[in-house]
Amino acid sequence: MSGYLRIRNLSVALRDSGARLLRSVSLEVAAGEVRGLVGESGAGKSMIGKAVLGILPRSVEVVEGEIWLGDVDLLRLPPAERRKRVGANAALIPQDPLTALNPSRRIGGQVTDRLVDILGWKRAKAEARALELLAEVHIPDPARVMRSYPHELSGGMRQRILIASAFAAEPRLIIADEPTTALDVTVQKQILRLIAAMQARHGTTLLFVTHDLGVVSKVCQSLSVLYAGLMVEDTTVADFFRAPAHPYSAALLAATPKYTDPWASLMPVSEAVIDAVRAEVDAAETEWRDAR
Amino acid sequence: MPDEPLIRVENLRVSLADMTQKPLIGRAPRLEILKGLSFDIPRGAVVGIVGGSGSGKSTLGRTLIRLLEPTGGTIRFDGRDITHLDEAALRPMRRRMQMIFQDPMSSLNPRRRVAGIIAGPLRLHGLDRVSARVDEALDHVGLPRAFRNRYPHELSGGQRQRIGIARAIAMAPEFILADEIVSGLDVSSQAQVLNLLERLVKDLGLTLAFISHDLSVIRRLCTRVMVLQQGEIVENAATADVFDHPQAAYTRELLDAIPLPDPDQANWA
Amino acid sequence: MPRSIPGCVMLDGRAAIRRRLGLRLWLSGGWLALVLLAALLAPWISPQDPLAQDLMSGRLPPFWVPQTEPGFWLGTDSLGRDVLSRIIWGARVALIVAFVAGTLTATIGSALGLIAGYFRGWADRLISRLVDIWMAFPPVLFAILLIAVLGPGLMSIIIAIVVIDWTRFARVIRAEAMNQGAMDYVASAQVAGMPRGRIMLAEILPNVLPTIVALLSLEMGISVIVEAILSFVNLSISTDQPTWGGMIAEGRISVHQAWWVLVFPLIALFLTVLSFSQFGEGLKDRFDPVLR
Repeated sequence: MSGYLRIRNLSVALRDSGARLLRSVSLEVAAGEVRGLVGESGAGKSMIGKAVLGILPRSVEVVEGEIWLGDVDLLRLPPAERRKRVGANAALIPQDPLTALNPSRRIGGQVTDRLVDILGWKRAKAEARALELLAEVHIPDPARVMRSYPHELSGGMRQRILIASAFAAEPRLIIADEPTTALDVTVQKQILRLIAAMQARHGTTLLFVTHDLGVVSKVCQSLSVLYAGLMVEDTTVADFFRAPAHPYSAALLAATPKYTDPWASLMPVSEAVIDAVRAEVDAAETEWRDAR
Repeated sequence: MPDEPLIRVENLRVSLADMTQKPLIGRAPRLEILKGLSFDIPRGAVVGIVGGSGSGKSTLGRTLIRLLEPTGGTIRFDGRDITHLDEAALRPMRRRMQMIFQDPMSSLNPRRRVAGIIAGPLRLHGLDRVSARVDEALDHVGLPRAFRNRYPHELSGGQRQRIGIARAIAMAPEFILADEIVSGLDVSSQAQVLNLLERLVKDLGLTLAFISHDLSVIRRLCTRVMVLQQGEIVENAATADVFDHPQAAYTRELLDAIPLPDPDQANWA
Repeated sequence: MPRSIPGCVMLDGRAAIRRRLGLRLWLSGGWLALVLLAALLAPWISPQDPLAQDLMSGRLPPFWVPQTEPGFWLGTDSLGRDVLSRIIWGARVALIVAFVAGTLTATIGSALGLIAGYFRGWADRLISRLVDIWMAFPPVLFAILLIAVLGPGLMSIIIAIVVIDWTRFARVIRAEAMNQGAMDYVASAQVAGMPRGRIMLAEILPNVLPTIVALLSLEMGISVIVEAILSFVNLSISTDQPTWGGMIAEGRISVHQAWWVLVFPLIALFLTVLSFSQFGEGLKDRFDPVLR
């Protein structure tokens, strides 16, 4: 089988110290699949999405690996071509709906930008499509919202707009980076349902970065668990929630709150588990250094 | 009077100037954040305060310990009316009520070492054995005494939050307000901090108000739950009742919206 | 604890930043120390009397030109005065103005800024309006007027600089104090029952100190320039005391016959002002506990 997004042996490291933030990560997302990318802060889960989209911070670089989008390895393309390829085929739903929208521009322009700049559409056609999209993400009175500024809208509303603009150019891959972390639970539920429905309708491949296993169980079919840049588990959602294979991911699941069962959840991750997974990271690091 | 609640709140109102609606000339209109709340916090209770953003839960917390002054109603602490006391009159009361903050990074002065952070309030209130009390507080929160000389940025998120807890309990207060203290932490540190808090409540006989948006955490820790929606209390009952038989529609909505780590959860799309 | 692995990585990054800062701090600090020594030891180290005129040896070129006279390392001006000795004596005036004017400006401006930013309310309104009004005066005109009223002299220059420039500190420190005042550690001090005045001095001041130091060093550089400008327009102290600005003014007239009379004091001025700003930036980063 071959997925739409295939990452092989991807290592990302800090430029000045050479310390690796992603340690030879490989993963594959089939066309139309929703895959969760889970880990605690600093695990490198967002870094994968950023590497795919080519928006790594300046202090960080890819030192090894392949990122295949369809039949092209993005890392072998010249930068301009890579940007074009990514722009036409992939999009991002960012975490913070407040800073992701330019506060001094109206919504309409921000949603149609991609269509005009990347697909070369006429402004009028792009606007008609944007209206359609805003209606599709259940925004009441889309015509008025198109003329609004971001600060006039609620957080949930802004996140809907970001979802609409991510789907606007019909990308084959969408990377959602903690898209509901900044939202209230009730709004989170609506937004997750919306993302799931949009994904299903458009058949988009979705890489869903989150720290919340509860969210993963709701929207994903498969998931990868990261610890300190090392992928420790890569499995289906059904298997994972029945019986996680790796002790660290099992501990992570046991630590996740579950109000229906508060005394069996929220279990602290034991020192032994942390020591074991850290030893695994060290071993992987030694092996990698020796191989070079 | 042992029967009297530690905190009694009656018809509490707080409004703030709404600067976004301020006309070019003249005063900004008042925005009602809390719309007349009445409730008791009994001694030894652990009260969870839940609500979405804009529910007024943080404003309520900060008003309870008088970081904000109410516009109406009364707050009694141990029988004494503290509603409109000024800073100087509040000072002796401050020792008895402490707060743990949401963001452990911004609530610890980056230029002070751990020992200074914990000792500061102790010295201010002229307590004796300051150094010993700092050590005891560190013991209580399960951090090595060697951490005394560290700066906040040298600690992990979970460790910083323990320092915040140590600072609060070092004063041996009767009441602690905890405002979203685990929401910024990873699940593994979250569980550790919760366990710690659970133990401290038991060992030290604390009265705790625990503000959170996370009902799972509330259920684990709290004896009572108060649900806020847009500045009003929609439900205030024992924890088991709230979870087993939620009365308010909003409480049910909140419960339904929580994504459980379970692919077979009912009521979810 | 699970974060300690990326944590180590972070520390590596910081070390690199520190090394780069170190060089900057050393170079600028070295030049300033040199100027300071020259100013302190002027009577003993200056090779000639800075005021001694000798029309027979006027406009002697610097030492590397073959037919020059020994003993006048950087040449002489049109009146036969030794350029190097005058630069060394000029450093006295420059540094006195820099330190006294800089420190006074910083103290007054920061105090007002701190009060406005932390206490807000009527104190803020009063101070902010004062700053707005003050800044509407054209500064050079203001200085010239002031000195015209006070009479020329070192004291007048210092007063002029303080009166004009305190707003620079007040504005920046007000904004910074407002930011810090919104932090929870301030609320926490309030919960502990710390009086407001003490919160300002013990909690907020240490956290705005790096900014004050950086601004102060910048202000010292600016003071040196202002003194030079005022000397240039002949509004500084009496002509029998050598100043860099005065030398530049004199050198300008004969630049085609004796470029060195203009160029050497200009270099001294340039390096000193640059060093002040670089030294401040370096100190600020050194002061920052997060980078330490």
